[in-house]
Amino acid sequence: MANLFEVSNITLRFGGVVSLSNVSLYQKRGEILAVIGPNGAGKTSLFNSLTGVYQPQEGSITFNPKEGEPISIIGKKPHVISHTGVARTFQASRMFNALTTFENVKIGAESHKGIGAIGAILRGPATRKDEKYSDARTWDLLDFVGLRAKANYIASSLSYGERRRLEIARGLATNPEVLLLDEPAAGTNPSEKLELTDLIRKVRDQMGVSILLIEHDMKLVMSLAERLYVLNFGSVIAEGTPDEIRANQNVVDAYLGTTTAEGAN
Amino acid sequence: MHGFLSYLNAHFHALRLEFWGLFIGGIGSGIIYAMVAIGYTMVYGVLRLINFAHSEIFMTGAFAGYFTLNYLIGSSSPTGFSSILLIIVGILAGGITGSFFAVVLERVAYRPLRIRKAPKIAYLISAIGASYFLLNLAAKEFGRIGRGIAQPYQNHTVFTIFGAPVEMYNIIIFVAAGIMLIIVDRLVSKTKLGRSIRSVAQDSETASLMGVDIDRTIAMTFVIGGFLGGAAGFLYALNVGVLYSMGFTPALKAFTAAVLGGIGNLRGAVIGGLILGVTESFTVVFFSGAYTDVVAFAILVLVLMFRPTGILGELIGRSA
Amino acid sequence: MNLPFIKKFSTKALIILISSELAAVVTGPPGNGDTPWVGFHDSITQKASFFGLFVTGRWALFYAIGIISYLAVHFFKKLNSNNSAMDSLRSQYSSVAKNKYFKLAAVLVIGVLAILLPTVITDPFWREAMVSQIAVFVLLALGLNVVVGFAGLLDLGFVAFYAVGAYATAWCTGALPMPPIFGSHVNPFFAIPIAIILAMVAGVILGIPTLRLRGDYLAIVTLGFGEIITLFANNLTGITGGAQGTKQVPHFSLHIGPLKYIWGLDPVPYYYLVIGFVILFIFIFYSLEHSRVGRAWTAIREDEVAAESLGINPLKYKVMAFAIGAASAGFAGVMTAAQSNFLTPATFTLALSINILVLVIFGGMGSIFGVVFGAIVIQTITMYLIHTPPAGYQPPDLYIYIGALLVIMMIFRPGGLFPARRRQRADVATSSLENSNG
Repeated sequence: MANLFEVSNITLRFGGVVSLSNVSLYQKRGEILAVIGPNGAGKTSLFNSLTGVYQPQEGSITFNPKEGEPISIIGKKPHVISHTGVARTFQASRMFNALTTFENVKIGAESHKGIGAIGAILRGPATRKDEKYSDARTWDLLDFVGLRAKANYIASSLSYGERRRLEIARGLATNPEVLLLDEPAAGTNPSEKLELTDLIRKVRDQMGVSILLIEHDMKLVMSLAERLYVLNFGSVIAEGTPDEIRANQNVVDAYLGTTTAEGAN
Repeated sequence: MHGFLSYLNAHFHALRLEFWGLFIGGIGSGIIYAMVAIGYTMVYGVLRLINFAHSEIFMTGAFAGYFTLNYLIGSSSPTGFSSILLIIVGILAGGITGSFFAVVLERVAYRPLRIRKAPKIAYLISAIGASYFLLNLAAKEFGRIGRGIAQPYQNHTVFTIFGAPVEMYNIIIFVAAGIMLIIVDRLVSKTKLGRSIRSVAQDSETASLMGVDIDRTIAMTFVIGGFLGGAAGFLYALNVGVLYSMGFTPALKAFTAAVLGGIGNLRGAVIGGLILGVTESFTVVFFSGAYTDVVAFAILVLVLMFRPTGILGELIGRSA
Repeated sequence: MNLPFIKKFSTKALIILISSELAAVVTGPPGNGDTPWVGFHDSITQKASFFGLFVTGRWALFYAIGIISYLAVHFFKKLNSNNSAMDSLRSQYSSVAKNKYFKLAAVLVIGVLAILLPTVITDPFWREAMVSQIAVFVLLALGLNVVVGFAGLLDLGFVAFYAVGAYATAWCTGALPMPPIFGSHVNPFFAIPIAIILAMVAGVILGIPTLRLRGDYLAIVTLGFGEIITLFANNLTGITGGAQGTKQVPHFSLHIGPLKYIWGLDPVPYYYLVIGFVILFIFIFYSLEHSRVGRAWTAIREDEVAAESLGINPLKYKVMAFAIGAASAGFAGVMTAAQSNFLTPATFTLALSINILVLVIFGGMGSIFGVVFGAIVIQTITMYLIHTPPAGYQPPDLYIYIGALLVIMMIFRPGGLFPARRRQRADVATSSLENSNG
């Protein structure tokens, strides 16, 4: 069976600055994969390339959905890529602050249907059925991430940990095959971190959604990821299981030493 | 088809005949667009927003120059040294007034929103409101008819280039605008103030951590942009006189110039202004006068759609 | 001596002085271009009655008014923040206001009042204004609210859609130099769907290239488009009739079987027709706001990148907002054409676009109730100023007040008088977040 993501030799430049240089990686279906690296190593650029926010100048990215033909990601718009089954969260949580928790998730649940302006005005049986279905799905997901009690809160009144979970629920609502998490533990406290680790594992185990994650918190990454890539200065410098990465002298030199120091701060 | 070709042919013939005349006229209006464009581009650099009220800064500068010159000249017809002095006084009057209104604008219409971290749309609405307020207040206080400015010099042809006359007015704006543009370029690229402006443009949070006074830097940006805009208003008024609504069209064109050169980029704004001025000047041969404004606007829409970073690219923070 | 207190106090006094003297200038007699200071000078020094007590200069009167209004606002704020009785009153009010039946009852009462209004208002000026300057502007404000309030797109050329609707009506009824589509004797009622559809098409055509642009660029490009539409209407004499305007546009008439009715010179029948459409558009816009479409608009407005990552196509929804907003402007155009019987490009100016914008901002961006309220209040005041102008007031002075109002609203009450539920929450949320972070 083909890999879920197949990234080969992508290079991304902004003017004269090379953000990603000749990066190749793959993700197996059902895998929890992590990408680590120091600040400015190109991790978020990689995410943005995978989701269509940035367009790499060279190389190819192929996404293999469960059903249907492989899809070339480069050149597609973010909303089209979302429809193919790729969901993501953002480094600094990006909620729709004017909406409630419930509405935030519901937007994800209904975004893949047609626009339905006429239906919205006439409120025919089909529209009402759609709404009912989206509501039910939203409640399920709020239960899944443990936010049912906060359904009617404004999104931005939530704590950092709750926002992270909301973002995960919102991403899952689009019914993805893979969920890209950009530093899900940033700004959360230790107990929230533990809950998040469990939640992410649960997403994979119970929903069968593959996970691709960027994270600074080494403890979380090492306990969660099954395989890792290490990026530095826009290039992949190592790949392997957590144990292999820990033992890799390159990584220790380039990265681990510095982040543990950072972590201590 | 044949008709169209002969139409083009005739017009190209006219273009050849008048090439240098149109070119000089184009550079003349282009350099004024450039001065106004710098105001847009600098404010965009530090605030990431279009200063919609810049057109009214231009207008206030023009009126200040108009009143000053009318008062000083009266019914005399100055020549020689006093002409030069009068023009300098007019530029200072326009520029200082422009700076004053630009700073007041920043203080009243923008800073409260900046403190509140208001969304961008709020800035735009506030700017439009301020612009409208000034525009219509000027209409009320100074009347709704256009007025010619008292001429501080005798506008005669000084010399000719390839048969095209170069008038005193052209020389005045080339020299005056040229000097001001060079001073601003030096100011931004060489001085401490310039460095703080550039650092705020690049990353205002980091700049404030490094001890740059953000409020003061932003205010100074408005001072510089306002001075150029007001002085440009005066120079423009020397040729066409003053009217309360005179700012709208030149400002829209200057904005086009700023986008064309790459918004946030000082030298880009100058190049954009010159290109726009010359292009517009030549299109007069092909279109009737009513549509020349459409040409500039069409350039704006095309640039925004196909090359929003402009000719030199957005160089926020590296303004020189 | 408490120096900081004195400094703060004198700064405040100075600010009040400057703003009240500015108000004195704005409301004072006009000046002219020959003697620049005469307007300012007269506005400040002219004699004025100090609340009927004694005669003094305008400057003193306005300073007094400035201080009184500052104290009033200050006092009200204090009352608001300290008074628990106010709080309980407010929470009672809001719980009542949330009640479904209360809402329904309120809507019914307003509806009945709207229907009875023409029996109360008999002055011909106000009967006319009620339709052409108030109801039509309610429609325009409702339409712009979809674009600015729901989707967060600042369109400064909204008047273009109004113009398309009006000129489409003139075209359908044979009032343009250009031959009409269905012959000149078409029932003007058919102009309604055609004008609405053409306005929506104009929204799509204008939207597809411009709505890809960033917000501030969009504002300036739409502003330019609005100007260009006026320019073309003025210069394409063969199509629009040019600056001279159109030929006579006939009144509405209805001939369906035995039913026969002609809308004549009396504004009242027009009034009922517009009210019907206002209700229809409110219903449509309200349904959209509370549907998938409205949520998508909010999402795009709040965070376009996040919305896109969830599979929402921003361009599609933005173009839709343009087209839907244009629909009510298109109908407003039909009303104007049919009621005034005559169109010139001079009606459709940038000033009008900004006038519509201020209705939306004043009432509350994104709040249908607020926008209707804002349009009624501001247009009524405008009409009152035209009907019984105070001394020294000239109609174009209105735009000074409009400009000032926009700035004041943005500084002190960006959500408008009746902030939209969704926007209000965002404001509250950000401020509480900042407090917790700070």
